[in-house]
Amino acid sequence: MSLLVVNDLRVEFKTPEGNVVAVNDLNFSLDAAETLGIVGESGSGKSQTAFALMGLLAKNGIITGSAKFEDKEILNLPVKELNRIRAEKISMIFQDPMTSLNPYMKVGTQLMEVLLLHKGMSKADAYAASVRMLDAVKIPEARKRMDMYPHEFSGGMRQRVMIAMALLCNPKLLIADEPTTALDVTVQAQIMTLLNELKRDFNTAIIMITHDLGVIAGLCDKVLVMYAGRTMEYGKVNDIFYRPSHPYTEGLLKAIPRLDSEGEVLATIPGNPPNLLRLPKGCPFQERCHRVSDICRTTAPELTGFHDGRLRACHWDWEEIEQGREA
Amino acid sequence: MSDKKLLLEVDTLKVHFKIKSDKSWPWSPALNLKAVDGVSIKLYEGETLGVVGESGCGKSTFARAIIGLVPATEGKVVWLGQDLTKLPARELREKRKEIQMIFQDPLASLNPRMTIGDIIAEPLQTFYPELSKVEVMDRVKSIMMKVGLLPNLINRYPHEFSGGQCQRIGIARALILEPKMIICDEPVSALDVSIQAQVVNLLKELQTEMGLSLVFIAHDLSVVKHISDRVLVMYLGNAVELGTRKAIYSNPLHPYTKALMSAVPIPDPELERSKTIQILEGDLPSPINPPSGCVFRTRCPIAGPECAKTRPGITGNDDHAVSCLKVSVAV
Amino acid sequence: MVLSKPKQQAVSSFASELEIKGRSLWQDAARRFFKNRAALASLIILSCITLLVILGPLLSAYAFDEPDWASMHSAPDFAAGHYFGTDSLGRDLFVRTLMGGRISLMVGILGALVAVVIGTLYGAAAGFIGGRLDRVMMRTLEILYAFPFMFFVIMLVTFFGRNLWLIFIAIGAVSWLDMARIVRGQTLSLKSKEFIEAAHVCGVSQWKIITRHIVPNVLGIVVVYSTLLVPGMILFESFLSFLGLGVQEPMTSWGALLDEGSKSMEVALWHLLFPAGFMVVTLFCFNFLGDGLRDALDPKDR
Repeated sequence: MSLLVVNDLRVEFKTPEGNVVAVNDLNFSLDAAETLGIVGESGSGKSQTAFALMGLLAKNGIITGSAKFEDKEILNLPVKELNRIRAEKISMIFQDPMTSLNPYMKVGTQLMEVLLLHKGMSKADAYAASVRMLDAVKIPEARKRMDMYPHEFSGGMRQRVMIAMALLCNPKLLIADEPTTALDVTVQAQIMTLLNELKRDFNTAIIMITHDLGVIAGLCDKVLVMYAGRTMEYGKVNDIFYRPSHPYTEGLLKAIPRLDSEGEVLATIPGNPPNLLRLPKGCPFQERCHRVSDICRTTAPELTGFHDGRLRACHWDWEEIEQGREA
Repeated sequence: MSDKKLLLEVDTLKVHFKIKSDKSWPWSPALNLKAVDGVSIKLYEGETLGVVGESGCGKSTFARAIIGLVPATEGKVVWLGQDLTKLPARELREKRKEIQMIFQDPLASLNPRMTIGDIIAEPLQTFYPELSKVEVMDRVKSIMMKVGLLPNLINRYPHEFSGGQCQRIGIARALILEPKMIICDEPVSALDVSIQAQVVNLLKELQTEMGLSLVFIAHDLSVVKHISDRVLVMYLGNAVELGTRKAIYSNPLHPYTKALMSAVPIPDPELERSKTIQILEGDLPSPINPPSGCVFRTRCPIAGPECAKTRPGITGNDDHAVSCLKVSVAV
Repeated sequence: MVLSKPKQQAVSSFASELEIKGRSLWQDAARRFFKNRAALASLIILSCITLLVILGPLLSAYAFDEPDWASMHSAPDFAAGHYFGTDSLGRDLFVRTLMGGRISLMVGILGALVAVVIGTLYGAAAGFIGGRLDRVMMRTLEILYAFPFMFFVIMLVTFFGRNLWLIFIAIGAVSWLDMARIVRGQTLSLKSKEFIEAAHVCGVSQWKIITRHIVPNVLGIVVVYSTLLVPGMILFESFLSFLGLGVQEPMTSWGALLDEGSKSMEVALWHLLFPAGFMVVTLFCFNFLGDGLRDALDPKDR
């Protein structure tokens, strides 16, 4: 049985300039202890997906569709019930470690707060559990650190504290919204290694949201590629990277500069990121696609399955792309 | 390399800031923040020097010291034979025609109250006030086309553009005076991946077309590899390794460079999962109180007792130089 | 070339097209402002009051300093033309209220203007130049803050007698202090922004940077604060008049009228009510206007 099943998730915002559909008909499923990577650039709707699942959307956001966690619907829940799910079943870590911790409270207090609230533990028990968790995320001198304030930690350490806080109640699902984007690359490597280890130790399913395909390659089992709020492609990580079936994925993979490549000129995706207020009719990627044709301008492609479990939304024939690659 | 003209030579540049700790009395001596602590580079005509390092390494301060936005505490910045650090303000201002800069945050580097036409025209009007309005507009429009912006957008305001377009506006402003060198302070870090590639390609094209030299500062090793001829790796204000792109990327010598390269995630699942990452333990030391001897020794996997006593100098040659007591360039 | 061939052709054909007019941040702000009903209503009411104050006295049959011996301390009487009644000396209150309005509004608006000009230049210079000059300027500011202001006013009045210009000087002397502080704060936060660095790199002179880059970006907060200064000025002037240190008789201001009205409150309530009513409405409107402007010019605009 799948841990999380999302069907036709749609997030719409009412703005003074018009209605913006940030997430459009999203479909995916996640099994226990699996890692799903959601990759996209700005305007892709990846962060809004996470917020919708956690009930953190802004007030002018409307969510439709369904998301069943352990067979129970979690979208549009009243706050009381949401709070029972948050931290205990589904946890989240955010992008900016500098602002995600309360600067006026000691780190220990913030950690213990989660346990006192959700598990009803005594203070002594909560303290011991928090220290254990800080050890698990490899923070040296955990006891001493419990009494310190967030500003006394470096960016990487703060992110570890966030991860510790998120895993305190042993949630089944961890949603990570660009957790390493604001960190240096060596610190990012530390956090990625840590996440890989914790994944094994705690058996947590992870939804990793990022724009960095390298991070996805190192951590995820499945990948969902989003553009302008829509799914472009969905499948296993090796399939997406070695046999991409969508022009956007192809373009992204070619546009990333790689340490192991010698090319002088980077292949680019022409054009600009999508303006969600003025999406063109048909496929949202049409203006930048190197395989665009007339039908792309009139009809939005449906998300169709092919091979085993893979999904793609493109009018181009899968076979032709495959052949083009082999040629 | 030897027949190319030497444009810029930086000699043991140091930039130290005096900081008052809040725990001290008003009369106690100020602390010294060593943002840049003795870095030397050479830049030739038509070349790109990539400066790589993580946050706190001093690369941005280094760039600003070269261009004069931040005063240098010690050392020389020799541009076409003249030491910029010793020049009076008026003469330094004249050099602005030759050295320009593009910034990290594309939108923040543009005055939100001015049209992009005015923004791009400003340097031209500052140095050539005798030009007529029509002339100025013509030049602005032609440079806009050069960077890939439609000229009829000339009366728009910065907030009406995307990040990539804003960066193009910044590049247009930097190019309008036809400088010889442009310092690029993390110009693509704030952009989407697909747009990064566009801007990097644009810079390379302009470089070939206009004979520009670039100092390209970034924290992304992969991007730097694609645009640089020579690379400088910095750590805590010091130059750790310096050399040609080929030398640095195919044969990194310094333990920090090796760790940095292994940490960069490769968008290839098989390679990424099978690679061994050299994890650097510990945190970045404070630049106010850097470790004695070699500043990297607190996190270095091969550090020994002598690393705490002696500060390593730069050893090697023009093609590849490294600053480490344990490692040296093969002759 | 950067653009591909077909795109290049498109570019050259576009180049001959009319240029697209941009939508400036001021226009955006104006749009947001006009959507704010309270602020728009306040603007309309204030404009009406201003018109009334300028033209009203010309419409009335009476002059502001002419006693009407026939009706002293009389209640509002439409037929006789005393719309607001008369005061203890028989002078028409309608005209006096409006004349008083002229003085109060003039003091308020001109005072705010003086504060804005001096305060902005002082604050921007201190913030931008920084260093020792900034420290000296700020310490001077703090000394002026500590200065016992009422003392100063009483001294002036004692030496020079009651004079409208004195009021200006007195109010002007203190009001720019807050503005200078605020502008200096904004300037400091702007100084580290990248577009200022870019201006330095482009060789723009210090003066041009202040006028072209700093001041326009500081104007937003200046405009908002100055509309909130005006009520303060008006209140301050009325305070001085209430104490008997304001305008010289027979010229009057709302504060002076309040002073007179409060003395005859039990006998002639209208003497207090009408000037007070005008003043309260004006002050409310300025406050709503200031709020509306602040919302419209919200710095979070993109």
